[in-house]
Amino acid sequence: MSAPDMELSAGRGMTSRQMAWYRFSKNPAAMIGAFIVLSVVVGAIFAPWLAPSPESAGNLVNFRDRHGAPTWEHLMGTDNVGRDIFSRVLYGYRVSLGLVVGVLGIAVPFGVVLGLTAGYFGGWTETIIMRFTDVMLAIPPLAMALAITAVLSPNLINAMIAITMLWWTWHTRLIYRIVKGQMNEDYVEAARVAGASHFHIMFRELLPNCISAISVKISLDAGFVILFGAALSFLGLGVQPPTPDLGTMVSTGSEYLPEYWWEALMPGLAILYAILGFNLLGDGLRDMMDVET
Amino acid sequence: MGVVALLHILQRAASLFLVFVGLAVLIFVIARIVPGDPARIALGPLASADQVAEMRQEMGLDDPFFVQLWTYLSGLAQGDLGKSLLSSRPVMDDIMGALPATLELVLFTIVLQIVISIPLGVLAAVYRDSWIDNITRVISLIGVVTPGFVLAIILQLLASYYFTSLPVTGRLDPGLDFVRGPTGMLLIDSALQGRWDVFADALRHLFLPSIALAAAGIGQVMRITRSSMIEISSRDFIESARAYGIPERVVTLRYMLRIASTAPLTILGLEFASLIGNAFVVEFVFGWPGIASYGVRTILQKDLNAVIGVVLVSGVFFVFANLIIDILLGVLDPRQRLRARR
Repeated sequence: MSAPDMELSAGRGMTSRQMAWYRFSKNPAAMIGAFIVLSVVVGAIFAPWLAPSPESAGNLVNFRDRHGAPTWEHLMGTDNVGRDIFSRVLYGYRVSLGLVVGVLGIAVPFGVVLGLTAGYFGGWTETIIMRFTDVMLAIPPLAMALAITAVLSPNLINAMIAITMLWWTWHTRLIYRIVKGQMNEDYVEAARVAGASHFHIMFRELLPNCISAISVKISLDAGFVILFGAALSFLGLGVQPPTPDLGTMVSTGSEYLPEYWWEALMPGLAILYAILGFNLLGDGLRDMMDVET
Repeated sequence: MGVVALLHILQRAASLFLVFVGLAVLIFVIARIVPGDPARIALGPLASADQVAEMRQEMGLDDPFFVQLWTYLSGLAQGDLGKSLLSSRPVMDDIMGALPATLELVLFTIVLQIVISIPLGVLAAVYRDSWIDNITRVISLIGVVTPGFVLAIILQLLASYYFTSLPVTGRLDPGLDFVRGPTGMLLIDSALQGRWDVFADALRHLFLPSIALAAAGIGQVMRITRSSMIEISSRDFIESARAYGIPERVVTLRYMLRIASTAPLTILGLEFASLIGNAFVVEFVFGWPGIASYGVRTILQKDLNAVIGVVLVSGVFFVFANLIIDILLGVLDPRQRLRARR
């Protein structure tokens, strides 16, 4: 039996939700992605209990164990002052995920509302919003984020502000495109004829049709926000020590290359792992819900 | 190219000009509304209040906001980006000095991306769902999810253990005696002067940074090439070309690839912004003396004029890259021109 046939026979008597889950669970890449994301989130939330050495998250100094290669006791080795790198990675995920929640929590609603407004009203509103979005998109994001954090003095909150200021544009563009496509649909016209308010049509009629695209985009975004935050702190413009941050750890560790390779490589791979997870998950969601982003 | 195409290009150029002016205003506004007195930052915490006041006067900071904006924009129109607080030279001169290194790195990276990813994408499409396709899929995933600086460090590590002949910092072996020529790009200058030893050394230095920089784009361009080749392979005009008995190789390379190459080109243009962004970290890791290194240095020193200059120049880069790609798209696929006119 070919794949579509199987899907057909399996699809009998299923709700669309069950059908979507079925498609997701038959996609190995998506399941791996979901597993990775889950492990990162659990690791971050329960870091104080899961970390073999929670005190490594802070300013602990233990020179006797410095530059220790990976062993069973220290899975990722120890750093230049003898802190357990695995424990610091778990705490580092807290910072990364905090950044993701902070950035997307502000940028997504902002971008979505602007995109809805531009697509729904058209005319001058559309021109102003979309031209402004174009300008923002013309700035290389990392360069701009660097400039903003530098001017505002580097720390976690400012890194968050800088990334947020650039991130909404992608959501504005996405929602604008979807809404533009939906405006000629009968249900919009019907709502208008029935006397629905602008607010009702935008948020009750159009927005639900954007939700699946938004959730796929959020999953794909999460990985890139982590990458961005890590790149900023790698350059010394993000999270400041002693807060354990993956980018900072790579940067500090790279001073001890090539002898103590694990000190830069392990946090680097930890960043890669998280980004990989969110990417696979996002791709899986996209296939499942069959949306374009 | 006819009048239509020319009009199309002019129209695009005009809209890009607007984007550019918007960009300049936006950056200026951001730089002015942030807390902190630029004059105080320039002089440091030890300067007296009188000195700061004098500096404010000199920098025009006491003028009304719109006067400052106007002064800035009219300076910009003449290529004047103000003075760097760090080097006390015009920012434009500093940037022009660092630009060739970045240009060389970025151009070489783009060539690398095209040369690697388009053939691999075509192969993946032709041998769909075979092991070749699966390998390219894994390569592209790795490319997309690996942060530039992590890849840069992995490459440095590999070079220091296994490929010891590959240099990991700088553009040229300091022992080589070489006077740069007209372009400042070492590959071109050395070739013009016939100094092939320098050419080879510059190429060796370029190798690792450009791979670190190219990886993300390679992954994306490869996947897009594959999917657009597959999409086009089922179109009627391809079927009829095959029915005429045109050899498969010609159909694939001459007919399909020409149309299919518009999608990867578009992605290359969009990717350009993140390419420049990545150049910041990659230049930093490899000690590449380009505009991004200059940018990071001035940012850490809060050299505001220089920072604005760097962001602006990278924006211009992006805008121009997209204009060029737009023109190429029009040449490759005439339908694009008509669509844009509608």
